[in-house]
Amino acid sequence: MNPAVLIASVYVFALAAFLGYQVISRVPPLLHTPLMSATNAISGISLIGSLVLAGAKGYPLPAHILGFVAVTTATINVVGGFGLTDRMLKMFKSRNAKKEEAK
Amino acid sequence: MNLTSYFMEATYLIASILFIFALKGMSHPETARRGMFMAEGGMFAAIVGTLIGAHIISWVWIIAGLALGSVIGAWMAIWVPMTAMPQRTALSHAFGALAASLVGIGEFVVHGAEMSAVTRGALGFEVMLGSLTTTGSLIACGKLQGVIHGKPIQFRGQNFVNLAIFLGMVGCFAFFCIHPEASAVFYSMLGIAFVFGVMLVIPIGSADMPVVMSLLNSYAGLASAATGFVLGNNVLIIAGTLDGFSGFILSVLMCKAMNRSITNVLFGGFGAVIAEATSNVGGVMREISLDDAAMQLAFANRVVFVPGYGLATAQAQHAVRELAELLEARGVTVKYAIHPVAGRMPGHMNVLLAEANVPYSSLYEMEQINPELPSTDVAVVIGANDVVNPDARDNPNSLIAGMPIIEVDRAKSVIVLKRGQGRGFSGLENPLFFKPCTSMLYGDAKSSLNHLAQAVQHV
Repeated sequence: MNPAVLIASVYVFALAAFLGYQVISRVPPLLHTPLMSATNAISGISLIGSLVLAGAKGYPLPAHILGFVAVTTATINVVGGFGLTDRMLKMFKSRNAKKEEAK
Repeated sequence: MNLTSYFMEATYLIASILFIFALKGMSHPETARRGMFMAEGGMFAAIVGTLIGAHIISWVWIIAGLALGSVIGAWMAIWVPMTAMPQRTALSHAFGALAASLVGIGEFVVHGAEMSAVTRGALGFEVMLGSLTTTGSLIACGKLQGVIHGKPIQFRGQNFVNLAIFLGMVGCFAFFCIHPEASAVFYSMLGIAFVFGVMLVIPIGSADMPVVMSLLNSYAGLASAATGFVLGNNVLIIAGTLDGFSGFILSVLMCKAMNRSITNVLFGGFGAVIAEATSNVGGVMREISLDDAAMQLAFANRVVFVPGYGLATAQAQHAVRELAELLEARGVTVKYAIHPVAGRMPGHMNVLLAEANVPYSSLYEMEQINPELPSTDVAVVIGANDVVNPDARDNPNSLIAGMPIIEVDRAKSVIVLKRGQGRGFSGLENPLFFKPCTSMLYGDAKSSLNHLAQAVQHV
């Protein structure tokens, strides 16, 4: 990694940390469990690193196998994480929404 | 760079922006679902972009992994019950961290020789953090599931042993950064990190799980961010950092809600000192009959339910909602007071009550409900103990001194639903039970609540 790339990466990290702090401090305790589940699914983005390992040019078989396991676990997190988050968020209803449902 | 690479980078940028919008949506239940759809779109775009732009030549492992992962993930999304949410989340921390760790090992196997010192540093950090989070999360999952005993596992000199393991791990890490050819050191670090993860979580009791869950969340995210540094991939850095900071913020909030520091949770071993926790409270606990309790509730103006983890273990969420609806039909104002550390993970109790069809507008945070408690006629404590223990406020020598509580003892009267006369989960004596305004209703929370509902109907 050359110094210019490193510095750019550190900038991205610092800005993402700042933004993350601002955005996440506004999440109410009501939604902390879905939040954890959602950030988990989002960090399943490491899937794209796993995909490269599992099938890209220039990687030997052992790397492909490690990549396969990584793709599997990351996909579980993405699919399971988004699915469960949505299932949870669907349950949070306001009083009015409930009344309409009852009708 | 050719056209497909530009396309791939564009999808990464779009994914990063959509992820941030998704978390912004989480600030309100009304916008949260829409936000998650955006995140899903971003994820999909990034995956398609990678498959097109990353010079993929062998598709077998990729398709097999995606298919297997999707099936298991979908199965989890559909079948995991809400009460098992903490275990599921711990397991997904383990999976996420394992993926990050494996990518690191793979990169080391392939490119280890030609890496710069900085990249090696990021790689070592990624693998170290990823591995210890993997085993740590598996232990947490085992404890939450009840496979491993929930009590803290402790032995003499534990902190010294852990410190030695930690130093060994960091030593290997430092050595690896300086000497890239030493692959044996790299694999030793990997092994030690796995062991350290186990040692880190076994001394922690179930009651401290909300902190541990948040902390592991943070580690898993930071491991992903380190992967981004190794691969020079910005969307990984952004998504990993968001996850890492979210976990960190939650850890701090959970620690504040217990008035403890993170080091105290990790190295304090809360459960071990119970034997010394002498209490000077005494007196008699006043028992109340079902009919009297029902009468009190039915003729009250304001009722506040304070649920704890006991509610979840008794599966009494629906029973409490039914009782609340009967009371509301009689014109009683019903609210629920949720302590930040009620349950086994942040926000756990809110999800359980939402599942039982309690509207979120009835769920109140500790700070919101405390000023209202003096004008509350009946506070009903269900399976909660420490979070309503007035000792935390009044007794500076108490083990939980300074922990913010839901001040039910300020309410006009309190009914405590409790399994038996014994001490609660943490083993601390609770003076609330001996106060004149308090009456105890013994028995299983679910059947007590069902009987109360029947009795209220006949009032």
